[in-house]
Amino acid sequence: MATPSRSDTVPASDGPHVSAWALFLTCSRITLSAFGGLQFWARRALVERQRWLTEQEFVDLLTLGQLLPGPNVLNVTVMVGYRFAGWAGAAAAVAGLLGWPCLVVIGLGMLHQRYGALPCVQHALTGMSAVAVGLLLASVIKMATVLPRQWRPWLFAGLAFVGVGVVRWPLLWVMGVLAPWAITLAWKGKD
Amino acid sequence: MDRPALGALVLQSLVWAFLAIGGAPTLLPDIHRYVVEVHHWMTSTQFAEVYALAQVAPGPNIMYVTLIGWQVAGWAGAAATTLPWLVPTSTLTLLVGHLHARHPQAALGHAIRRGLTPITLGLMFASGWTLMRTVDHDWRGFLLTLLAGVLVLRTPWNPLWLIAAGALAGLAGLV
Repeated sequence: MATPSRSDTVPASDGPHVSAWALFLTCSRITLSAFGGLQFWARRALVERQRWLTEQEFVDLLTLGQLLPGPNVLNVTVMVGYRFAGWAGAAAAVAGLLGWPCLVVIGLGMLHQRYGALPCVQHALTGMSAVAVGLLLASVIKMATVLPRQWRPWLFAGLAFVGVGVVRWPLLWVMGVLAPWAITLAWKGKD
Repeated sequence: MDRPALGALVLQSLVWAFLAIGGAPTLLPDIHRYVVEVHHWMTSTQFAEVYALAQVAPGPNIMYVTLIGWQVAGWAGAAATTLPWLVPTSTLTLLVGHLHARHPQAALGHAIRRGLTPITLGLMFASGWTLMRTVDHDWRGFLLTLLAGVLVLRTPWNPLWLIAAGALAGLAGLV
């Protein structure tokens, strides 16, 4: 931590004073500007605009958020909200971050239900879907660059892909077997 | 949807929320399996369309989960798939945040990350694979997918423009 005097999640006694309402507003702004990549906008708002976090604090929180289940940036905002304004702050941050996108996406769903069967809409959706797949696969390729050039990580990636994507076993079984195995090996430092 | 099915959806969403290490896209094959193959609540094509729609919406990438819930069972379904994400995982986040503040260099955290990264990657690839088999019916679809992937890697363009271009390509009858 860059500032060991301040812990990650305990409400701060020093540092900027931030109200739950301010957290709600900032998280709303982050999420509503976040077309394609929440992380970029979250860093811009929390580190550059509001200066609630230092660069190092943001990276630390994001790393932690990636380890935990659930969306990374949601985990970051929960920790930031709690740190500045306790439970109310955490709740305000989550409401800001998720509330608006829920309404927008359901609005899109309503339009889809009403007009989705029209042939021109069908054609547009087919094209959009094909692009969305390309974007997803591109992010896999980007992530793959962080894997070490050893056979074991690639074996685990392959097993996860075949188990869930090809054989179509339930994710719970595949993760239940692979995750403890992979973490144990990494713990023993064999990879 | 009747009440037992909705309850099952809530339970299943809780499982998903805790399995979503590395983000919601890793869940896509399992959600597809559950919603399309096991329960037949929507067709594979509808599933892919809902995913594409959610990509256009702002916010975190779990929004497709909300939209699938809504498609399957209206507002109750949206709540059933979204709320399990919030309370339990956020509580876990705060708990681990506390521990992390006390032991920032814990070796277990490193081991977990190193161990899980390859699995996350494999699952993301499975997501792309699942969608691709649904969406791309012939070489033109594959070509558009390939082109979108290459462009987003090689150019600084906002992905939203690529999705819009995909819509136009579809309207023009190219895919």
